[in-house]
Amino acid sequence: MQETKCKCGGNESARKFEKVCHILDSHSREKNKLIPILQEIQAEYRYLPEEVMTFVATCLDLSPARVYGVASFYANFALKPKGKHVVHVCDGTACHVKGSEDIKDALQKRLGLTDDKSTTEDMLFTLEPVSCLGACGLAPVITIDNKVYGQLTPADAVRLIDEVIAKEAE
Amino acid sequence: MENNEFVIVDNREILIENELNLLELIRKANIELPTFCYHSDLSVYGACRLCIVDIEGMGIVTSCSTVPTAGMKVKTNTAELRKMRKMYLELLLANHHQSCTTCLKSDSCKLQDLASRMGVNEVRFKMSEVKMKIDDSCPSIVRDPNKCILCGDCVRACHEIQGIGAIDFINRGSGTTVAPAFNKELKEVDCVYCGLCASVCPTGAITVKQEIDNVWQAINDEKKIVVAQIAPAVRVAIGELFGFDAGILTTGKMVAALKMIGFDKVFDTSFAADLTVFEETNEFLKRRESGKKLPQFTSCCPGWVKYVEQYYSDLLDNLSSCKSPQQMFGAIAKDTLPESYGIDRADLFVVSIMPCSAKKFEAKRPEFNKDGQSDVDAVITTQELGRMIKQAGIQFANILPESLDMPLGFKTGAGVIFGTSGGVSEAVLRYASEKITGIKSDSPDFVEVRGNEGIHVKTVKIGGVELKLAIVSGLKNAGKIAQQVRNGECDYDFIEVMACPGGCVSGAGQPVSSDSKARNLRKQGLYQADKTLQLHKSQDNPYVNKCYQDHLGQVNGPEAHRLLHTKYRSRKRFNDSSFSVFNNPVNEKLQVCICVGTSCYLRGSQKLMQKLIEYVRDNGLEDKVDVRATFCFENCDKGPSVKVGQIEHSKCTYEMLVAEMNKQLSKIVV
Ligand code: SF4
Ligand code: SF4
Ligand code: FES
Repeated sequence: MQETKCKCGGNESARKFEKVCHILDSHSREKNKLIPILQEIQAEYRYLPEEVMTFVATCLDLSPARVYGVASFYANFALKPKGKHVVHVCDGTACHVKGSEDIKDALQKRLGLTDDKSTTEDMLFTLEPVSCLGACGLAPVITIDNKVYGQLTPADAVRLIDEVIAKEAE
Repeated sequence: MENNEFVIVDNREILIENELNLLELIRKANIELPTFCYHSDLSVYGACRLCIVDIEGMGIVTSCSTVPTAGMKVKTNTAELRKMRKMYLELLLANHHQSCTTCLKSDSCKLQDLASRMGVNEVRFKMSEVKMKIDDSCPSIVRDPNKCILCGDCVRACHEIQGIGAIDFINRGSGTTVAPAFNKELKEVDCVYCGLCASVCPTGAITVKQEIDNVWQAINDEKKIVVAQIAPAVRVAIGELFGFDAGILTTGKMVAALKMIGFDKVFDTSFAADLTVFEETNEFLKRRESGKKLPQFTSCCPGWVKYVEQYYSDLLDNLSSCKSPQQMFGAIAKDTLPESYGIDRADLFVVSIMPCSAKKFEAKRPEFNKDGQSDVDAVITTQELGRMIKQAGIQFANILPESLDMPLGFKTGAGVIFGTSGGVSEAVLRYASEKITGIKSDSPDFVEVRGNEGIHVKTVKIGGVELKLAIVSGLKNAGKIAQQVRNGECDYDFIEVMACPGGCVSGAGQPVSSDSKARNLRKQGLYQADKTLQLHKSQDNPYVNKCYQDHLGQVNGPEAHRLLHTKYRSRKRFNDSSFSVFNNPVNEKLQVCICVGTSCYLRGSQKLMQKLIEYVRDNGLEDKVDVRATFCFENCDKGPSVKVGQIEHSKCTYEMLVAEMNKQLSKIVV
């Protein structure tokens, strides 16, 4: 049996289930409110667990395939659990020209990630490429938990990550 | 002449007659505009853009999504239109994994056909390379997303006609594909294997799984006696693969071809359909007498059966317990033929030739397997048989007809009309009427139950008895009726269901035809075949009667039950999954699982869960109890289903749940 284990205490996950029910109720369980419902659920879980999507499909009388179709269409919905810290590497034109590939490679190497595996085993980091952060003047740019760092070398980027890791270890 | 009810299509006046869109009107004018995403039975999508036309004052528009209005001046074939269509095709081909020579769809591929019609000789765009996984997980359908052109026909068919929505578009941009929920495999989701998606797919992206190789292997095996059963709908369609019109009966040629291929005996599924009529009608009349388990649903269609198991398992008792004709044939063949041929049961190889993809799944169900051997060893479709005939180089059009073998090849007309929607009901009525009145009748027909609607309701008077029937095809329609039954909103006696619109004649295993005309011709072909046979009522089939005398004993008796009946079960729509509602690090906690699957949800399992959470919290039991929401214990007819520790409870109330939980908790504490 496949299970989604929650790392937090029991009350936390019960609260989440009740929250899902509450979110559904607050939208009167209407099919055409699927997107806001998913958004609010994602705010709770930080991603959209399969089982929860199936439950939502049941409650809204939609097919799970349709719910998944909608969820996978929008880049904003996360279908896999994300790490505690989310790192975005910009791969827009300006950043690409200024060597964002090398930064990505360096970070992937540091964190033991690949293009297909974007979250670390310990759930501490998720590394994702994004297509333009709108800070081209600072290229190449990365963000760590939405904070922007610009004009980086691969070594700079790795150092930033090391700082976060050090802080976590405290 | 007045001009205002006409459209001018390429300088000719074409009358507007309720056409819903310009495309239909243009086709009426005998101009076959190319399309991928248009199907007259489905909603309009307007994505492929091949149906473009040039309208004076409007410019270039898609005709499938334009309403014809009086005085419109339309050009369908300008140089610009031709150039654009060609480019659209090239773009589609650039994204298409071209393996035409080895593709199953090669002989009926719309993409190939249009590419050659539009004169696409080369593809100027760079071919995309990403290779996606082929899904051949289920027994009936194969998905090869690399060949998908994203026309969406399959998605709409599954959603709009079958009401299931097992597949949908996922991802976006260049990553878009069509897939089941969570990108799972088909066998893990709620697909019922009807194959409608494969029928409408213009390319080889969704196809019916092939079993030809197994059949050749058995034929080449000296030790094996290989017998065939031919389903009713096949005989009026296989000719289409060899230049005959739809609906032309070619049973005799088919028998000859099967013998040439190397089959030892060729029998008729219609024999088993006659047998089904005996069993199913008597079952029905008994239920009517007792007033229990009514209405009775038919159980011949495996797509419908899986649908009931998944969505209406509370109505499983209403399903006839009869096996389908295919499986009745398999059971009788495996039980009687080895002895008469003097061989081991293991050396008899039964091949079904079916119009259907779901029959492949049915034959592999554990219910129809005895000591590791299936009653039916292989199921091939009408199309697959056509392919075998071609592989063997047989000139189907020229060969002389031969006759079916006895005794399992003898049938009445009632067994033949089983292949069309309404046919099963009529066959049952032909039996029931004589049984009810006790009078032999010379005019067996019940034309009032024939019809083309997806839901056809009819009250039939026999003697003093009124029988209320519903004849349904398409599972979305079936779902509507099942919901009425569940809600107690109707008083039908007998409900016939076939998953494919129009019944087995338009099954996914049949030759691909782009219009509903072929469906009707095949239907007429079956009624014609009934007319040309000597016997029209199953009860008159001497060989079925003999089969009861020699093997089965009483109709509905114990031996008949052993061989001809079965029991279906509730089935979860999705693979196992559950999520934790209370979960904590303490090891010795009591697990309480509450099903939130569809049936249990509808029966209030979510409220149950919420109340339990409150109870656990109010009583400070958080470290002792682990509450989980799970999907489906396959016990849906008795929901809400709950499991406390190892103990399962059906129809669980809040009080029962709390009592059971406290009982088990007290044991843990002591
Ligand atoms: S086989 Fe039928 S149920 Fe399954 S995806 Fe295709 S249309 Fe839907
Ligand atoms: S699988 Fe076939 S029918 Fe479905 S979207 Fe792709 S090409 Fe169209
Ligand atoms: S048929 Fe009109 S856009 Fe595809």
